[in-house]
Amino acid sequence: MGDWWTPPVMTDPSLGSRELAGVSHVEESPSRHDSPPPTHSSKGLAKHSYSLLTAFCTEENIAQCVVYINQEAATLGLCGVSIETGGTEPSLGAVSALNLLYELLQLQRRGLQTLHDLENQQLKNNSDLDHLQHNNSRLKDQLEHTRRENSGLHEGERQLQLKIQTLQRYLKSEKEEVQKLQSIIASRATQYNHDAKRKERESTKIKERLNQLLVDKRDKRLAIEVVNCVGRADGKRGLWKTNKMEARHEGDMYKALLSEYEGRHQALMQENAELKKLLQLIKKDMVSMLSPQKTSTKVMPPDDSLEQAGGQAGSDPDDEVLECSRDLMEQSCEQAREQLANSIRLQWRRLKTHMQRLDSQVSLAASREQEEVISRRDHEETLTRMKVELQQCTEFIHIQQQLLQQLSFPCDEETAAMLNDGYLLEEKERLKEEWSLFHEQKKNFERERKNFTEAAIRLGREKKTFEEDRALWLKTQFLNLTPFVDRKRPAVSRSATAIGPDPRPRVLSSPAPSCTSSSRTGVSTPVSASLSLPSTTELYRTLQIGPDSRAPGRRGTNRFQSSEIVTKSRLCDSSADCTVFALVREENGAS
Amino acid sequence: MNFSEVFKLSNQLCKISPDGKYLANCVQYRLVVRDVNTLQILQLYTCLDQVAHMEWSSDSLFILCAMYKRGLVQVWSLEQPDWHCKIDEGSIGLVSSRWSPDGRHILNTTEFHLRITVWSLCNKSVSYIKYPKACQKGMDFSADGRYVALAERRDCKDHISVFVCDDWHLLRHFEAETQDLAGVEWSPNGCVLAAWDSCLEYKMLLYSLDGRLLSTYSAYEWSLGIKSVAWSPSSQFLAIGSYDEKVRILNHITWKKLVEFEHQATITNSKAVVFKEVEKRPVVPTEDLSIHQIAMGSSLFDTRSKYEIPPLPVQVPVVKPDPDRANPKIGISAVAFSADNRYLATKNDCMPQCVWVWDMRTMGPAAVLEQTAPVRCFAWEPRRARLAFCTGNTKLYLWSPAGCLSVEVAVEGGFQVQSLFWHCSGDSLVLLGKDQLCLCYMATKEEK
Repeated sequence: MGDWWTPPVMTDPSLGSRELAGVSHVEESPSRHDSPPPTHSSKGLAKHSYSLLTAFCTEENIAQCVVYINQEAATLGLCGVSIETGGTEPSLGAVSALNLLYELLQLQRRGLQTLHDLENQQLKNNSDLDHLQHNNSRLKDQLEHTRRENSGLHEGERQLQLKIQTLQRYLKSEKEEVQKLQSIIASRATQYNHDAKRKERESTKIKERLNQLLVDKRDKRLAIEVVNCVGRADGKRGLWKTNKMEARHEGDMYKALLSEYEGRHQALMQENAELKKLLQLIKKDMVSMLSPQKTSTKVMPPDDSLEQAGGQAGSDPDDEVLECSRDLMEQSCEQAREQLANSIRLQWRRLKTHMQRLDSQVSLAASREQEEVISRRDHEETLTRMKVELQQCTEFIHIQQQLLQQLSFPCDEETAAMLNDGYLLEEKERLKEEWSLFHEQKKNFERERKNFTEAAIRLGREKKTFEEDRALWLKTQFLNLTPFVDRKRPAVSRSATAIGPDPRPRVLSSPAPSCTSSSRTGVSTPVSASLSLPSTTELYRTLQIGPDSRAPGRRGTNRFQSSEIVTKSRLCDSSADCTVFALVREENGAS
Repeated sequence: MNFSEVFKLSNQLCKISPDGKYLANCVQYRLVVRDVNTLQILQLYTCLDQVAHMEWSSDSLFILCAMYKRGLVQVWSLEQPDWHCKIDEGSIGLVSSRWSPDGRHILNTTEFHLRITVWSLCNKSVSYIKYPKACQKGMDFSADGRYVALAERRDCKDHISVFVCDDWHLLRHFEAETQDLAGVEWSPNGCVLAAWDSCLEYKMLLYSLDGRLLSTYSAYEWSLGIKSVAWSPSSQFLAIGSYDEKVRILNHITWKKLVEFEHQATITNSKAVVFKEVEKRPVVPTEDLSIHQIAMGSSLFDTRSKYEIPPLPVQVPVVKPDPDRANPKIGISAVAFSADNRYLATKNDCMPQCVWVWDMRTMGPAAVLEQTAPVRCFAWEPRRARLAFCTGNTKLYLWSPAGCLSVEVAVEGGFQVQSLFWHCSGDSLVLLGKDQLCLCYMATKEEK
């Protein structure tokens, strides 16, 4: 037994270490988790240390140990360790030991796993618990709160109850007060009435007394002074008061009343008659309205005697009613009323039925129509189609309108064109005028140019003659050196005289070109003779006149004037020109 | 429209004779009778004291002048200026004096309403009627002058007596079912007598001539009741103006209410034409303000007024009555039918600036005439539907279905119209100022 007992003692420390490990698993768990392999080494180390420290298994108690282990293994459901006693020393079967070890390790691992799971579970449970506790406390708070509220409400209710009670008490007292006041008022009223009556009685008594006194005293002042009595307004004498008179007064009064009532009666009768007339009219209308079919049956061909008879039978009551009502009009109201009311009721009922029939007909027709009616979708489709068509049509109309407008525009344009034509015509006229003016000017210009060209030609000729003259003169000069000098001299002088008068008329005729040049700047002159003729500038130079050489006053004058002047000068100089030409010809002829 | 010259007047005593020929007015203790057309003095009578009341007899032959303070009544004859009559009521005193409809008797009410003395001018006879009640309208003669209804108080109960005026025979005497009878009024046809309770209770009683109670009408309870009553000239309608600012119209067949005319401060009914008087002071250019013009007097400072028709809804000025004072200014104080029964004119005391005209055919409002000042008096023309009214200023206002106009009273010295009444022909109006009177002639068709 001691052997049996020792091992548990031996195992205690392991258990303790387990516990210790359980307690301090927070510190241990990281190592266990982080490095699972070291556990083996530590186990090995632990094992080693066990062997060292507690020495569970020594050389001596191997067998016991094995037995123990086996027992333990058996309890755990493992196969035990076999001891091989083949050698000198009993040795453990390596295979079985290792298997055991392995299984133990497996067990251990599984145990750890479950432990871990359990721990997790534990943690989860703890958190759940916390949560539940929290919840619980919250609910408790709520409960407390609602309880408090409830109590508050209870308190309020109680107070309100109290208030109601007090108010009811007040109401009661007020009611009592009101009643009291009412009774007081009533009593006061009665008292007042009583007092008033008393006072009034007193006053009447006093009045009586006063009257009595007045009558007794025979007030002297109470008098009427009339110079002479006046006749009655109606001229009759006053009558004594007699019973007859009384009766007459009564009679008069009743007469008056009677006449008044009669008047009113008459008015009412009249009104009644009018109303009756109206009633009759309405009745007639009703009858005629209610029996159109009957009248139509009456109109039916006489062959159908049955129908006719039926129709007559149908129409008869109406006529009767009409007749009787007409009779009733004249009858006294008492008798007539019931019949009248009856007939009206009858008519009314007929009208009602007629209306109902009409209504039913209408509804029937409507229902039939509904049957006939196309389905809603078709209807809608057609509707949309129609809408589209409508839109198109409107568009067409718009377009047509626009076109019409456009069509109507041209006529507008025509009028505008007409107007424009008018303007154009005017302008044309003006232009024509200008044109004619221009033509005239052109003509003038042409003439001038002709003159000018002629002048230029002349100049050219003159130049030629001059050249010739110079050549002649040079020849003569040259010949002067010769003995024929004297003979040639007069000819030269003559030519000199011939040239002499020339420049003057040229100068005189110069204004024309100067003016034309100033006015016609930019107008290209027809170059008919320009090739053979010298340029204008040359001309100017030769003529020794510039635009500036003329008098400045002349330059401002208008063209026509200048042209006139030109023509004048031309006319003036024509004779001179002629002479010049003659001279030139002579010279030419001479040369 | 023409105005006559101004005549002096005292106590606003001025009457036109019933035949329309004469105009009588009192100046202190003198009675002046003029011809209405020429305004020339026909007669001048001198009374014993200042006249307090003056009245023509129905045949226009006699004029009664009462001097209440001295308890005296003097009667003058127009035909015989020398004839005169003096009635002395003696020590008992006099509070009211009036002609009987025949023009030959004078009914004097003594002080304390002790009795009514009936004096005959025919035979100097005197008779008494006892127990007259002192109330709003305690006595009323029927229109044909045959009967007189008198409110009486006997044994602390209201009674009504009907006398025949011919010989003062008591025709009927019956107890009235009222707490405190306030007035009696004959219908114009003389067959129905309306009697109403004092303002403490809304109660209208209708009696036949023979004393039968025809009907009783009460619109409401526990509030101030009837303030004014008017019969239509055709006796067809009875208009009752009450303190609840409404006029109720009763019909003559069932004596039930036909319609109720409310006088609302905001007028929204498009059928009612609101005529609002607008005053416009003439703008005088400063350069024209010469001494001459200032000397001209009041015409410079006169205001001109014209009527505007403001767009609906219109707010009518309302005076809030003081509840602590007696006779609160609230309720319909005046009701009057036009001569053709067509229109009804009313005045609500808390809208003092307005006259309401109601159309009796449409049973609705026809016009609201809003003035700038409180309306003093209004009167229908005796022939046509034409309403004249005044507000105490220098203008006369006229309304007819054609429209509304204001006329400046064109007389010298600023004539302020306090009251007015029509000549029986409807061609002229008598305007009464505080101490002067003038006639206003309507433009007749011949003149046009």
